Amino acid sequence: MIEARNLEKRFGKQLVFKDVNFKINDGEFISLVGHNGSGKTTLVKILMGLEKKSGGDILIDKKQTIGYVPQFRNIDLDYPLDIEQFVRLNLKWKLSPEKRRKDNELVNEILEKTHLTELKHRPLGLASGGEKQKAYLAQSLLNDPKILILDESTASLDVEVKMQLMDLVQELNKRFKLTVIFITHDYELSKKYTKRALFFENKTIKPISINDVSEDMFELGGR
Amino acid sequence: MFGYEFMREAFIASTFIAITAGIVGVFVVSRNMSFLSHTLSEIGFAGASFGVLIGISPLAGMILFTMVSSVAVGSLSTESSRREASISTISSLFIGLGILFLSLSSQSSSYATNILFGSIVGISAKEVQQLMILAVVVIVIIMVFYKSLAFDSFDHIGARAAGLKTRFLSVAFLITLALSVSIGSQIVGSMLVFVLLTLPGATARYLVHSVPKLIMVSVGLSLAGVWLGLYLAFVTNWPVTFFISSFEVIVYFLGLSYKNWKLSH
Repeated sequence: MIEARNLEKRFGKQLVFKDVNFKINDGEFISLVGHNGSGKTTLVKILMGLEKKSGGDILIDKKQTIGYVPQFRNIDLDYPLDIEQFVRLNLKWKLSPEKRRKDNELVNEILEKTHLTELKHRPLGLASGGEKQKAYLAQSLLNDPKILILDESTASLDVEVKMQLMDLVQELNKRFKLTVIFITHDYELSKKYTKRALFFENKTIKPISINDVSEDMFELGGR
Repeated sequence: MFGYEFMREAFIASTFIAITAGIVGVFVVSRNMSFLSHTLSEIGFAGASFGVLIGISPLAGMILFTMVSSVAVGSLSTESSRREASISTISSLFIGLGILFLSLSSQSSSYATNILFGSIVGISAKEVQQLMILAVVVIVIIMVFYKSLAFDSFDHIGARAAGLKTRFLSVAFLITLALSVSIGSQIVGSMLVFVLLTLPGATARYLVHSVPKLIMVSVGLSLAGVWLGLYLAFVTNWPVTFFISSFEVIVYFLGLSYKNWKLSH
């Protein structure tokens, strides 16, 4: 479980959010919703330990590895690695043949889970937007995370591909009790896949039921 | 040609240089540091002439200057948008200094030509030994950090997301790059060491799709270039650098054509 108690974050004098209280249960699939600059990525960075909180508490089991799928990657047409090799970047160096064999099994299993087995030898630079997102997802699954954070991973995809990716995430969420935190500006996806949202507004964050989210909460700009 | 001692020394030295540059080059290209490696070689020139001026070995001067400047550039260019400007700034300063040092020292201009464009005859057994040690140091550093360095170089954002210490890796890599530039300059010269540090690594990207294979192909092309270059330089008495750069450029375009051909089929 993840719990925030009176969490506060400032950059210098500038307040990002304060009085933040919420719980995210194990195996939950939750949306983070709010306009750009409202602090969604900042909260995620605090969860991952990449950013320090300014006050309050954030309780999270240190043993729970977090898989983070960032929004942007620098992958151009000439990017040389194929999908399997890209995924394997997240493996540690192992000397023992036994451990290396296990790693290979793990990689195959994850490629299978993410429906990438048949595409594994395709250079990532030549893969479609949806295939790239699946590869990013697969790479972050290598650490066997208990929490998966998707940072606007569906933003630049066609509707159909978006759905495929989200179906896949939902499958992982259900089969492996993976907690999924989904940062999004997509009202439809949020409604379809998640039951609750953390709503970022007026320098604070409130947990709300997905039935209470409205389309204007997903506006990109500030209000 | 191995009847001559200087050729044997040159052969051993360039083999070590090629292996080092081939390995490091894969990371140089994937980290978009081709321009930096070119600049470091110019800075290496300043270091070598500084060495000559104060009476230490040109290699030591080179290592000193490239290391200091690479770390300076690295810390000045944490924002990628600022990287080109800070590289240009640092290199302008050092090139100016290099010319000053050379004019202050009493060495002839042929000495400067050797530093800039390389020479196969100028290398002594002792220098070969130094090169070998430095090459081994570079290779060991790369091996120790191999996995993290590969992750950071081929997917910087993913590596940060996975919690890797990317700032530290970046500094460690800049130091190995500085060492590689200093080593490479001994045969191909500081002006063209970046040929070995960028072209084989760039060509490999058109041919293979995993990090170990990229390294193997890059080292292979780098070795082929220096061996062929040495042989042709010996036979024709033309500069070795000309042959090495021509070979690497031709292979680069062949690699690019191969990739385009594969895409259209």
